[in-house]
This record gives sequence, structure tokens and C-alpha cells, in this order.
Amino acid sequence: MPKLTIDGREIDVEPGTTILQAADRLGIEIPRFCYHERLAIAGNCRMCLVEVEKVPKPVASCAMPVADGMVVQTNTPVVRKARQGVMEFLLVNHPLDCPICDQGGECDLQDQAMAYGSDRSRYEETKRAQPDKDYGPLIATHMTRCIQCTRCIRFAAEIAGTPVLGGLGRGEHLEVTRYVGETVSSELSGNLIDLCPVGALTNKPASFRYRSWELRRTETVDAMDGLGAAIRVDSRGNEVIRVLPRINEDINEEWLGDRSRFACDGLKRQRLDRPYVRKDGKLTPATWPEAFAAIAARLTGLEGSAIAAIAGDQADAETMAATKDLLAALGSLHLDCRQDGAALDPTVRASYLFNSTIAGIEQADALLLIGTNPRIEAPVLNARLRKRWLEHGLAAAAIGPKADLTFAHDWLGDSPALLTELAEGRHPFLATLKAAKHPALIIGQGALARDDGAVLLGLARRIAESAGMVREDWNGFNVLHTAAARVGGLDLGFVPGPGGRDTKAIIAGAASGAVKVLFLLGADEIEMGALGDAFVVYLGSHGDAGAHRADVILPGAAYTEKDATYVNTEGRVQRTRRAVFPPGEAKEDWRVIRALSEVLGHTVPFDSLDQIRARLTNLNPLFGHPGSLERALWEPFGRPGATDDRPLASILDSYYMTDPISRASTTMAACVAAFGGGCNHHKAGHHA
Amino acid sequence: MSDSPAEPAAFAFTAESAEQARAFIARYPIGRQQSAVMPLLDLAQRQEGWVSRAAIEAIADMLGMAPIQVEEVATFYTMYNRRPVGRFHVQICTNLPCMLRGSDAVLDSVRETLGIGIGETTADGLFTLSEAECLGACVNAPVIQINDDYYEDLDAASTRAVLEALGRGETPKTGSQTGRQTSCPAGGPTTLTSPAAATERA
Ligand code: SF4
Ligand code: FES
Ligand code: FES
Repeated sequence: MPKLTIDGREIDVEPGTTILQAADRLGIEIPRFCYHERLAIAGNCRMCLVEVEKVPKPVASCAMPVADGMVVQTNTPVVRKARQGVMEFLLVNHPLDCPICDQGGECDLQDQAMAYGSDRSRYEETKRAQPDKDYGPLIATHMTRCIQCTRCIRFAAEIAGTPVLGGLGRGEHLEVTRYVGETVSSELSGNLIDLCPVGALTNKPASFRYRSWELRRTETVDAMDGLGAAIRVDSRGNEVIRVLPRINEDINEEWLGDRSRFACDGLKRQRLDRPYVRKDGKLTPATWPEAFAAIAARLTGLEGSAIAAIAGDQADAETMAATKDLLAALGSLHLDCRQDGAALDPTVRASYLFNSTIAGIEQADALLLIGTNPRIEAPVLNARLRKRWLEHGLAAAAIGPKADLTFAHDWLGDSPALLTELAEGRHPFLATLKAAKHPALIIGQGALARDDGAVLLGLARRIAESAGMVREDWNGFNVLHTAAARVGGLDLGFVPGPGGRDTKAIIAGAASGAVKVLFLLGADEIEMGALGDAFVVYLGSHGDAGAHRADVILPGAAYTEKDATYVNTEGRVQRTRRAVFPPGEAKEDWRVIRALSEVLGHTVPFDSLDQIRARLTNLNPLFGHPGSLERALWEPFGRPGATDDRPLASILDSYYMTDPISRASTTMAACVAAFGGGCNHHKAGHHA
Repeated sequence: MSDSPAEPAAFAFTAESAEQARAFIARYPIGRQQSAVMPLLDLAQRQEGWVSRAAIEAIADMLGMAPIQVEEVATFYTMYNRRPVGRFHVQICTNLPCMLRGSDAVLDSVRETLGIGIGETTADGLFTLSEAECLGACVNAPVIQINDDYYEDLDAASTRAVLEALGRGETPKTGSQTGRQTSCPAGGPTTLTSPAAATERA
């Protein structure tokens, strides 16, 4: 291993490491614009110049691999002078519009100009200006500010797999732009804003609405999909201004999907900010006691068997635990957290987890996708699959929707019969899986939320077993969830008790009159028209489908407004933190259930967050270990039987609008108008 | 970098160019076909006189590249024309050595003879005038390049003569217009002039 000295400190690094990377490891800061640790090295900004002994000129440290015995100086008069020169050139054409630039206060150029810039300019000619580009409803461009670092071009091509950006022309005329007629519509496009070191690409929906130093930052976890990416919610007063990713190498590295980032305007729209009670067929504003009284009145004299509850996609674990206890006290066993009716088996944890783990999927060398389009179901995960494919190759095949996944794969078809063929060893792709060191499969909710879901789940298990996906050191059987609530609900047992009704039976019961009172915990994606005369109590944050059908509305908190527990698709217990307060009279959901239970005379025994969390741990000890992962036991699951002919599809038909928050978001509506459902770039070359 | 109003809807290589394109692609190892992008752009330009968007997309498709990546190459090199040019593309060098040696007069002569300015094409579609950066022949400055040929050591009169000859359909002599051989010293040899030195070496 080469040993080198940087500023008098010695370090051993792997061959191929660059000087800048070695310096980073020592904590020696070298300024940079074009270099980014997750992108290919470009070496075009020259800000990272350092002196190397015996080399006549300063060298670009980001592009220079270390050599044994190298002696590097990062802070000499020559280095400073060279960087000042680079800075002076960068500023030649950069506008002096920091006071009106959204990047102000968090701009690399601004920061580094503090260290290397001059307080006056020697440049007296006219500055170059560039026309702005149309990057769609998410990204505002101010191309005159662009310093041509090419980070955005590299991200679009390498990470997102949508090579639509490029630099046209040369020298002073170089313009970074998108290809004529293409949209910048990768589901990961918001990351371009974070990567751009200057204010050339900024957050369009939040344009001119904040100065970065006014914002309060709350580190929390995303609940807009099943991954649970690490995020930072920036708020001012009681308003969420923007959402940014935080680094979590285990889940999202440092990326975030566009829905998770940009749907935040939906947190302010269509909000339920006070209770409502339906009077003479009309929802009328009510007080909390009135709403509770209406529920209590309806429940009087009802058998437990006439009461049921369904939890939606963003229900938190605390609320589900409280509701489960309340229903038990009322004598009901009819509860389900699978509002889409997915055939997830709560008794075998391995059957509903992403067992390889999200980071672990990068080890997979062969992959079968079943009824899923990871690009719209979990774009950040899809970026990992692409990364694996780019860096080490990935023999991938898909049974289900035909889509451009940004990595090469064989589309085998969309017939469930293919799964039978694979399970019975009659399909050639099984040999590919068997030959792989770390074979894996990903089964989506599109394959499970169907009448034959349990059969397909069983077939997937057989494929996993016969391909050697499940062993001591590796479990490549992966279920991809799109709902943040799902795994938590299964883990704490928000599923029918013995003889209880599941989602389908609850809805049938409501239609037939057997179920008379139905609690919906933010469940908006069920067939509201099929609920017959049931008395519906909706606890949730938005005036979406459930609220429209409700007889009583109890206003709850969105994921940015509560300290809540979610379990992600790989089974990791994570906690959100409250960034802002719920609007109006809305309350944290579990507290609503707690208050209601008291009115109903069945007080659930928790008065504090600690107590309800203790109850969670008591329901499943896993809840006591946030952040960690535990390998789930492999036991038989799935049901034998016939598959039906319906083609396998993704559970989502659009990326941008999937839940009450994103449906309320005008930004997401603008994305649908501009981009359609996602996955669209037509002239992006081959992924071959 | 806007499109030309003349952008055609489609582009296809002629059988002959397609054959050549295949040969260019075959020069590079499998998986490295992208290396053929420059010769292919040149082929397209030789066929059509310029590189249209349709040609960019056709080449991108042949090489498995994104069109933007081909366009980056096509716009980086000034030798690729992103707009149609006349039959004779007159590229005049106005960089420092040429300027010191009289390129201003050469430029004026072109303007006068053809009646067009930089970036323009004659009404008969025969000539287009462009300004070029150093053409790498400073030793014979001032220089203009017309299609694949260089005309050097120009002055106003010789420039007019060359252009008029082309206009008449003749083929003027290329290279130095003052008669010197390639870039030999203009006034005859300046070294190895004494016979003694020559014999000593022999
Ligand atoms: S737009 Fe931003 S990221 Fe892209 S090249 Fe310009 S400065 Fe770099
Ligand atoms: S960071 Fe090294 S050249 Fe840009
Ligand atoms: S300056 Fe004209 S050829 Fe070099």
C-alpha cells in the first residue's frame, strides 16, 4: 500500500486512491467544485490544486492517484496563489447576484470565495450571460451562474441513468443544457440541486421563499415510500419549506426521490385542521368532545364483531398499537394494516422483508424482479441496482411491467405462469440464478395485492429456495414495500385476530352490514364506494378519499409533525421527529386514539410517548432497537394453488401521486402534467 | 446551439458511407464503439455538408450513445458544421500570427470578392465564410482553409485569384501562393548555404 505524506502527516492508502481522497481521510480540507465522491472524476475545475514534491507545477489533487513516497503540500504560497487564480477565473463570468440567489448561504463558490477570492476584480470586459434552460417544474435554472463543473451531467448519466444533460460548445461558449425535447424527469432529479455547487440549479417550488439561514433543521426519516430515507426537514415558523436528504449509507446514501423531496407543499393543502361530524348527510365542523361523543353514541350497544379498523400507508406504529389495543378492548378482532389486500404473511417475518437489506442488494450478481418497477416504487433503491450493474455487472430479469429501469435486464414477460415455470425448474433463467454467487429476487406489492397473491408469494419462496438464495450468509429473498406503514403494522400484529376479518372481508362486511363501525387510520386507497352504510371514523391528515366518506373526521398529524415510529422495507425500526406542529386542532394520532378510548370507557393505558413505545416493545421486542437490523428466520410461507392469468403489474401506476400528501401537492400535479407517470426519457442511449 | 432552420426530418448514411462507418467502428474493441464518434460525424458531414440533428441521433443510435453526448462532440469541435454551408467553406484564420501577417486584408478581400460577411453564404450557395481559430499553419500566415485545402502566404490579390478560380470551377494551386515550397524560408535557404559544410558532412 502506498504511503504518502500530506502536510507532514503520513498515511497509508489503497493503490488508486487520489491525493484528495487521502487528504479527506486525514481531515485535511482541499477545496473543490467538480469532484464528488459518488461521481466519476472529471478534474475540470482546478480548485483542488496542491503542490507535490518534485513536480514542477501544482497538480489537481482530485485526479492524481497517490504514489509511494509522495510528499504533498496543501497549504503553501504557491498553492494559495494557484487557487486564487482559479477563483479569479471562475468569478470572471459569475454574476454578483448572491443577495438574490437561493443558494446564498449554502454555496460552495461563495464559501470558497471567502478563502480564495479577491475583494475586487481586475476584469473589465463584459461578462458572459447564458439563457436559462427549462428543466421542468422541479428545478429552477440560472445558467449564468453555472461554473461548468459537470456534476449535474455526471449525475444524470451515471447515477440516475438518464443521460439527457450535456455541455454544448466549447471554451467561453460552453453551455450546460439538456438535450432538445428531453425532459429532466428522472425520479431522482432533485439531487441535481444538491449537487450543483452554485445557484445554477435551485429548488423551483421553494424559489425565493427562504434564506437558508432562516430555516430550522429537523433530522428525521422519510415516510413517502417504503425505504425510510434519512431526511432533513427545513421549516420556518410552522411551515415546511423544503425537504433534503441526509447521508445514510445503509439506505439512501445521499440521494432522495423527487416525491419525497417535493411533495412537501402537500403538507399544507387539503389539511384536516379540526374534527368534523356528519349531520344530515353533511360534514360539519365540530369540537373534539362532539366528535368523540358521536362515535361513542354510534358504538353504544354494538358487539365487538361489528367494529373494524384498517390502517393506511403512512400510519405510524404508535397509532396502530393504540388502535389495536382499543379494538381488543371493544372486543373486535377485525383489523388489518394491508389496505391493498396484499398477501403478506405476518407469521413469518422473512416473508415480508427486504432480507438482503438495501445496501446488501449491491452484492447481488443475479436478480429476478417480480411484479415490480423499482424505478417508480423506490427510485433510490433502483439507483443502487443500477450502481451494482454498472460497477460489477448484474444478470437481471423481470417478470411484470415492461419498463426502462436504467440498467440492462431481460424482460421475460408478465405472465404469472412464468413463476411456475421457474419454480418447477423449467425456465432457463433459473440456471442463471443458480450459477450466481449472490442470487436475489425482489417481489413487489403488484404481485401480492391480487387474489392469487399468496400463491405467487409461495412460488417466489420456491424460486428463492431452489436458486440457493437463502443460506447461512445470504438471504436474497426481498419484498419491496411502497408503504412506510406496512412492515411496522405486520411487526406489531395489526392483522386480523383468530377468526377476524382482513381488509377484503372488512369491506365485504361493511357492504353487507355486518361491520357497522369502521376506523380508517389514514386509509385512503380502499374502495370507499363499497363500504355500504358503515359508520366510518377517519383519523388522518388530509381531506382525501377517506375523509370524504367519513361520518366522523378526527384530524391527525403528518409524518413531519410527530415523533413516530416506522419500520422500513428491510425491517429497520426508525423514528421521525416533529419538525412542525400539526395544523389547527389536529393532534398526534395516537393521542387521539388515547383520548377517544377514555370517552369510550376503555382507556388504553399510555399517557406518554415512552409508555406507548414500551407497549410497542412489548408487542414486538424489535421496536426496542431502533436503527438496527435483525436477520429474520426462514420458515415456510405462501400457499400452493393455481395462479390466475392476469398479467403482473406494478402496484403504482404513477410515481408522483401515491398518497394523500402527494395527491394534495401542486408540485406533484405539475410533475404529472409535465412528465406523466415517470420513467420517461426516450432518447437516452442504450443501457447495454 | 440552436437548431438550423434547415434541419431535416431524417438522416441515413449512403450505402458507401455506411460501409465506411462499419469499418471505423470495427477499428475499436467491442464495447468501445463510442470511440468512432468523431469519424462518423465527419462521414456524415462529408455526405451532407453539415451535421444535422437527425445525423446526431442516427450516430448516437449506431454507437449506443445518448444523443446529447454526440452533440457535445459535434459542438466542441469547430470543424463540424451544425448549419449547412456552401459548396466551398472558406475558413479564415484571424488569430495573432495571421493577423500580424495581414489577415485583415485577406478578410477584406474575401468580403469584397464574394460580397458576404462572416457567417454568411453567397446567394448562389457556392461560398460560406467563417472565422477560424489558429489553423496550425502560422509559419505560412496568413492562411485560409477551403474545404480540405489550405491556401497560404495570402494577400488581397492572391485571395481574390483563388476565390475567382474556384468560382469558375477551376482547381487553384493549394499551399503557398508566393511560390515557396511548403514552409521553406521565404527568401531561399538561410542555413547549410556553404558548399564546404555540405562536403564536410558528406
Ligand atoms: S449547472 Fe451546476 S452542477 Fe451543472 S455544471 Fe453548472 S455548476 Fe455544475
Ligand atoms: S476538484 Fe479537482 S479539478 Fe475540480
Ligand atoms: S494563427 Fe493563423 S494559422 Fe496559426
